[in-house]
Amino acid sequence: MATLSKEEAAALIQEVLEVYPEKAQKDRAKHLAVNDQEKTTKCVTSNRKSLPGVMTIRGCAYAGSKGVVWGPIKDMIHISHGPVGCGQYSRAGRRNYYVGHTGVDTFGDMNFTSDFQEKDIVFGGDKKLAKLINEIDGLFPLARGISVQSECPIGLIGDDIEAVSKKGAAELSKPIVPVRCEGFRGVSQSLGHHIANDAIRDWVFEREGGGTAFESSPYDVTIIGDYNIGGDAWSSRILLEEMGLRVIAQWSGDGTLAEMENTPKAKLNLLHCYRSMNYISRHMEEKYGIPWVEYNFFGPTKIAESLRAIAAFFDDHIKEGAERVIAKYQPLVDAVIAKYRPRLEGKRVMLYVGGLRPRHVIGSYEDLGMDVVGTGYEFGHNDDYDRTVPEMGNATLLYDDVTGFEFEEFVKRVKPDMIGSGVKEKYIFQKMGVPFRQMHSWDYSGPYHGYDGFAIFARDMDMTLNNPCWKNLTPPWLKPVEEEQRAIA
Amino acid sequence: MANIMISQDNGGSLLFYLPKKDLEERIVSLEFTGPEKWGGELQLANGQSYFIDPLERTPKLPMSFRARRLGGAED
Repeated sequence: MATLSKEEAAALIQEVLEVYPEKAQKDRAKHLAVNDQEKTTKCVTSNRKSLPGVMTIRGCAYAGSKGVVWGPIKDMIHISHGPVGCGQYSRAGRRNYYVGHTGVDTFGDMNFTSDFQEKDIVFGGDKKLAKLINEIDGLFPLARGISVQSECPIGLIGDDIEAVSKKGAAELSKPIVPVRCEGFRGVSQSLGHHIANDAIRDWVFEREGGGTAFESSPYDVTIIGDYNIGGDAWSSRILLEEMGLRVIAQWSGDGTLAEMENTPKAKLNLLHCYRSMNYISRHMEEKYGIPWVEYNFFGPTKIAESLRAIAAFFDDHIKEGAERVIAKYQPLVDAVIAKYRPRLEGKRVMLYVGGLRPRHVIGSYEDLGMDVVGTGYEFGHNDDYDRTVPEMGNATLLYDDVTGFEFEEFVKRVKPDMIGSGVKEKYIFQKMGVPFRQMHSWDYSGPYHGYDGFAIFARDMDMTLNNPCWKNLTPPWLKPVEEEQRAIA
Repeated sequence: MANIMISQDNGGSLLFYLPKKDLEERIVSLEFTGPEKWGGELQLANGQSYFIDPLERTPKLPMSFRARRLGGAED
């Protein structure tokens, strides 16, 4: 189908909304919009409670804190404090790769839980937590610290995890960080990010005796919110190091407690995942006077833009370095584009993911000649949509916290050549015959960041879109007769 | 009362940030900008207005403030 005009897109939204009861219709209408770059008023309402009765794809505050911010800090042990399920079913799902010996000095893949039982709910779980902290120290002496990630019951029964943590920290002389990220807080995982950021502010930066002494250099930067899915952190880090910067901390993929403690000594904070880590960057700007800059390492155009923007904060040495890096990788980029662009040119993509990807990956697709015709955030806020509008073409769809029904209807009408979303949508759309990439964990591939990641990204998109299986969706007995006879002849 | 943060963007204009709502908005006008008195009523690009107690000097931005909402467009 040809591209929708603005009116057609608006009509499509109206049509989709019609099935809802009146009240739900009114509510959902605020979350859907046709992108219009000229319009200055904000277009989409976001960060609101999901409508009961529809399929939503959001997570909870615990998921935001344990999964995204704290979980990947590899040399700390993160206790899922509460019943066993929350920790067990989120264990190692995010594929944040790290270096280290799991179970000895790194603990990223492991699940630690206080496994709440009825008696803990009735009599309180503080004693159990204290015991657990001591046990951990005995079994894993190389753990640098412990974080307590509260699950829902902790907030409900009113356990005082702060007191237990303080006492434990004094006994073990290690940081123990209580995080009040009970799942019922907020409307999505987004509040969990915020709570986790605040916990870092209060319990890591403010801790006495935290941070190791090191000689700072004028080129110290940190990578904040690196995703690090399938190794993203490394493919972005090498670019920064090649241009002459020194990366003193990575948050939080492949990151350590010491790196977090040293972050306030950086000269510039480089913020990739704005959604989950902007809070702490703003705090550091106010308290330590460290400027921060958002960057985007998806696709060569955006990488070059970002490298130059980062270099603008430093002297000519770094600026030259940025140009050198861009020039160095140009042949690689040219080869990738020469190979894949002809196979992907003009294809249309719809996205619906979380965090930053709904706007960040647009550049990657555009570099391959593909158009993004619809995008939406699971748990974005106003500031995300403000930043998305200029990235998207006119008359494209914007959908916030899209429901299963809406997404399917949009796809049926817009007929994109490919969809990038999460695993819960994957099989629905594949059964509808639409090529699909699982863009939460890069469909078990990656990294997609940086120049090296772009090559993998292009290959993966080609592999999905031009897969021969899409031609075989109609079974032989439903194929038109002539075609069959031609096949016989 | 709400906790807000006021910062300066690259162009030098003032930015308003309300963490609770993740509202990031340009400040269109500020009542007192002088060196002796800074603060007062501030008008946002989206029509809302807030009031911060005036300071006796120009602060070093970004800085957090306690602000009172004066009204204006509801989101």
